[in-house]
Amino acid sequence: MSISPVALGVLGLLGVGFYALLVSRNLIRTLIALQILVKSAVLGLLLAGSLSGKLQLAQSLAVTAIVADTVVAVVGMAFAVQIRRRMGTLDLRDLAQLRG
Amino acid sequence: MNAVLAAGAVLAAIMATRAARLLSSALWLAAVSALLSVLFFDLGARQVAVIELSVGAGLVTVLFIFAINLAGEAGKPPAAVVPSWLAAGIAVLVPVLLAALAAFEAAAGLTEPSTTFAAMLWQQRGLDVLVQIVLVFAGVMGLLGLLAEVEAPLGRSAAKEVVARREQDLLALESAAREEEVRV
Repeated sequence: MSISPVALGVLGLLGVGFYALLVSRNLIRTLIALQILVKSAVLGLLLAGSLSGKLQLAQSLAVTAIVADTVVAVVGMAFAVQIRRRMGTLDLRDLAQLRG
Repeated sequence: MNAVLAAGAVLAAIMATRAARLLSSALWLAAVSALLSVLFFDLGARQVAVIELSVGAGLVTVLFIFAINLAGEAGKPPAAVVPSWLAAGIAVLVPVLLAALAAFEAAAGLTEPSTTFAAMLWQQRGLDVLVQIVLVFAGVMGLLGLLAEVEAPLGRSAAKEVVARREQDLLALESAAREEEVRV
């Protein structure tokens, strides 16, 4: 069974995104890792759509994923800017130590 | 062609996660988006390719650069909480499991009569469009949060705080003008 190079790209991006998400402690780097993960998911959707002949369905789902991802990025950036202004840090570990 | 584009996207993603400066990371992420949009076009997904190029490589990159300018570079990245061997193990295991799942599912090979992207998006996936409108509204609110000038802690509602600070600014301007007159 031959594996499409695009499928390897999907798996590669997924691996890089997961690794960055687990390793990074900076809020903005976490957002970048999330972006890479979503791009991998969108590529996987389009590859699956292209292979199964359902490309239009895959495209409509991919557009929804891109819109949702962009909104998550914008809200995350707003959080990052405001957290940096108010607490002086972008380190997720420092933020996790906040207790009500 | 596809192999080169996919390998380039993975390499750019690795550079985005390893770059020392946040600004470089954002630019490498834009490179990932640009390469992927060409790949999407090559797969036949032309509408998504255009959206990925304009939104992923354009809008999101501009917003990242804007946010990094506002928040500032974080300096030397701190040590990771998760040990890197464990993160690497998970990062390898998840794609392998996904590939195994996809290999099982690939046997199904379903096809359906082709339709246009517009018909699919507006008629069959109409609810998705409504959800996207709500999401865009949430994004606008997020952008307002990005641009908000008022700083915590707020003693009252944000609108009253803005008015109070504007009055303070006006009073300061008036007193400065009065001092100027006295000096003259």
